[in-house]
Amino acid sequence: MPIPIQRWFKQAAFEVQEYVYLTCSAFAALFTRPFYRHDAIEQLDLIGFGSLTVVLLSGLFTGMALASQSGLTLDQFGARPVVGRLVSASMIKELGPVLTALMLTGRIGSGIAAELGSMVVSDQINALRALGTDPVRKLVVPRMIAGIFMAPVLTVIADFIGISGGWVVARYQLQVNSSLYWASVTKALYMHDVWMGLAKPFVFGFLIATIACYVGLRTSGGTAGVGKATTLSVVAGSVAVIAADFFVTQFFIGFVF
Amino acid sequence: MAKPITTSDQVRQILNEEGAPVVVFDHVQLAFDEKVVLKNVTFTLIKGHTKIILGASGSGKSTALKIMIGLLRADSGVVWVNGQRVDQLTEAELMAVRADLGMIFQEGALFDSLTVRENVGYKLYEETDLPLEQVDKRVEEVLGFIDLEEHIEKMPSELSGGQRRRVAIARAMAFKPSIMLYDEATTGLDPITATTVDDEMIKLRDLEKVSSLIVTHQLRDAFYVATHMARRGARGRVEIVAATPDKERETEFIMLKEGVIIFEGDAAALRASTDPYIVNFLS
Repeated sequence: MPIPIQRWFKQAAFEVQEYVYLTCSAFAALFTRPFYRHDAIEQLDLIGFGSLTVVLLSGLFTGMALASQSGLTLDQFGARPVVGRLVSASMIKELGPVLTALMLTGRIGSGIAAELGSMVVSDQINALRALGTDPVRKLVVPRMIAGIFMAPVLTVIADFIGISGGWVVARYQLQVNSSLYWASVTKALYMHDVWMGLAKPFVFGFLIATIACYVGLRTSGGTAGVGKATTLSVVAGSVAVIAADFFVTQFFIGFVF
Repeated sequence: MAKPITTSDQVRQILNEEGAPVVVFDHVQLAFDEKVVLKNVTFTLIKGHTKIILGASGSGKSTALKIMIGLLRADSGVVWVNGQRVDQLTEAELMAVRADLGMIFQEGALFDSLTVRENVGYKLYEETDLPLEQVDKRVEEVLGFIDLEEHIEKMPSELSGGQRRRVAIARAMAFKPSIMLYDEATTGLDPITATTVDDEMIKLRDLEKVSSLIVTHQLRDAFYVATHMARRGARGRVEIVAATPDKERETEFIMLKEGVIIFEGDAAALRASTDPYIVNFLS
């Protein structure tokens, strides 16, 4: 194998090893003292409440576009009244979790990487360590907790708003009766779809927060490095979300249902 | 029956004595890939004394401080801080050593999102169970010591460069460490502002009996700290005056060149050195 390719594989393996080490350290820190409760609450607020607007807007417009597009297709089969079924199934199983996660990657992942990256290049991380604070406990654990717990909450909100947006289009553009729409929404909801839709955001939230923390903490090269870390965090986070979506879906199809 | 004396008790007894070695570097080496940063570095910091590490950028000065506090690990050699071998300790064990070490980073490294009060009291607020009133009192006390009480509720971005460095000193001294490490504390400051930072170092050394390790390439500041001392004058006012010959001898210089110590001695010996590199550096 050519040397540059060997080097690339070695570097990739090293990065994965360090990422796994960081996440294991963060999990271990969850069960031992000290735990920085105030930081966890602050991050829950920042990641959860702070992302509400972007999640509401993206959920709403996704649901509306979905209803509008599928209404046109369903018309060809004279199945316009079942538009609710299509909107709810798509939103809850796929679009709600994935789009919310991608929005969070853009908003939260980049923010975390930029914040931690700036702390690294300005020696604030070293200052934390010198003052006796473990940066993993202080910075990574609160963000990981917030990612894991707020992504599902935001996804549920995005699902609801998306389906409601679909109703607006179904009612006023497609002229579908409201009760028919809502009946079709609930008819398409099977428990395994709901479980899948709820399980995915836990994984996505964990990935977004930990990847951003890892990339941020490994920043080097001054302010230019912070910019690179921010970009890398969004790119790696987005790819991880889409890849994890496939694997979680396969897991549910293969082992749970 | 008298309590048996343990090794740690003996170490504590030795460290309490006058002239005890609080920091020992013994043949420390470190390289990043092919680049050797420190080569066989050996020196000792005596309790209450000051060691000033001089050298050009990239000579390994800051690296030595980072090894001392455990932010970096040496490839070989032994590092003792307050009787503990920091080169063998885990990150968790290092926390106990760091409890007695205050470090001032280049540019201050204040936490951007915290006020001056929260920065200065960070360790006491976050890492101890001290009542809030006591922490607040200590924060106000150290800010009073460096004459920055009126800035207590400001954010770091609202402070000047010199004020930020002084707040960093306050943060490092808030938990009363016995050793202070200054990493280029005056770099980038104008001479007048740098002198205010130098004065804080002198006050801490002479009034609080703190052992100091100063890393700098600012000769003016290095010699100022070496040749001045602080004392309480009339009505308890702190005065910075010229150091007595005995006091001057308590400050030693180390000159690092590409990771190797090429000089160790007091200010007079440094000035008298005929080594071409040192002569060039001093000129």
